[in-house]
Amino acid sequence: YRKMATLSVCQPQLGGFSFENCKRNAVLEAEVTKLGCNVPSARKTGTTICGVVFKDGIVLGADTRATEGMIVADKNCSKIHYISPNIYCCGAGTAADTEMTTQIISSNLELHSLSTSRLPRVATANRMLKQMLFRYQGHIGAALVLGGVDCNGPHLYSIYPHGSTDKLPYVTMGSGSLAAMAVFEDRYKQDMEEEDAKRLVRDAIAAGIFNDLGSGSNIDLCVITKGRVDYLRPHDMANKKGVRTGNYKYKQGTTGVLTKSVIKLDLEVVEETVQTMDTS
Amino acid sequence: MCAPVIPRSLAKNTRGLRSQLKDSVPVTGMGPQVGAYGVQDTLRSGFSSVKNELLPSHALELSEKNFQLNQDKMNFSNLRNIQGLHAPLKLQMEYRAARQIQRLPFLQSSHLALDTLKGNDESISFEDILNDPAQSEMMGEPHIMVEYKLGMM
Repeated sequence: YRKMATLSVCQPQLGGFSFENCKRNAVLEAEVTKLGCNVPSARKTGTTICGVVFKDGIVLGADTRATEGMIVADKNCSKIHYISPNIYCCGAGTAADTEMTTQIISSNLELHSLSTSRLPRVATANRMLKQMLFRYQGHIGAALVLGGVDCNGPHLYSIYPHGSTDKLPYVTMGSGSLAAMAVFEDRYKQDMEEEDAKRLVRDAIAAGIFNDLGSGSNIDLCVITKGRVDYLRPHDMANKKGVRTGNYKYKQGTTGVLTKSVIKLDLEVVEETVQTMDTS
Repeated sequence: MCAPVIPRSLAKNTRGLRSQLKDSVPVTGMGPQVGAYGVQDTLRSGFSSVKNELLPSHALELSEKNFQLNQDKMNFSNLRNIQGLHAPLKLQMEYRAARQIQRLPFLQSSHLALDTLKGNDESISFEDILNDPAQSEMMGEPHIMVEYKLGMM
């Protein structure tokens, strides 16, 4: 502790990321792999997320499975994150990274809109996200589909973990992005109606769910138009757990009762205590 | 928690560390901290080890350490090109004045004036969420910190 205390004398303490343990972690990882065990992996959202621009606004869609290696960690996680009342963002990649990144950008956008006293624009959120992701050189594994409606109309961006962005009428991200993109490339038309757009996004996410192991469970949709946001969770339960058809329980009375004897145990109450649960 | 000397038994595993860092070039920003008389200040920063000092432990370590400085440099040079030399000079004078409004070094000061000038009061980033210095479990020695600040040490 003496060294750490003296270090804090010379340099002022700053917040933010601390890289103190990186060397120790590298040494530990080498030791662990030598023994043959595995280092625990981060929880990813091997995912299908997509978005499409239609006549009056944006439809965003996402599946709801979160994986941890080969195991499903969360059967119903929410991948469409709130950024501002008119902007929502789907996140693929490391689950914690997408969650924290979208929360930080949402806070920054709120402060910014309070200071300009205007509804925030999608381009602002896009610029904040890409500058932050580039600053961390891709170590923050967050691939995002950002969509919203502002004073200039509907906008849809896709943002990659290293900080590059694309502004397109339809985008898909995640491990199931190829399956979803195949559906989009076949059936996308400019200026669709809302119902057509919702059906298209639902089919694209369903293609990702059924053809990609990393995506599954339900389909969430978010429809953003000028002045209205419909957050449909779940829009479609594509994978319902089946109901058991057979019943292996025996009926009452299957086994005949031959004799019955009742022995009464005399117990007296010695002590009674009540422990309240800490429900705060 | 003692000095960063790798014991002999772990030295064999340096291959693991090296293979991860094989793309990184030894950089000068990580050199041994020189104290007075131009040598390693063993009393203050413990024993030194070349491997620890020369190679950064993470690809982002250096860029994050200097991020704020580089941003400020870029902004000031932009300002100088657009508005002339007076603009960055005036701003730096105000920063220097605002930086002096703080408590003694071992106490947490809010840096409110400095933050308002720099515009940090309108943004949230990882510096505000992670590793908040106000929540740190370690406190520096008050006497030593004040002596260091006043240049008596």
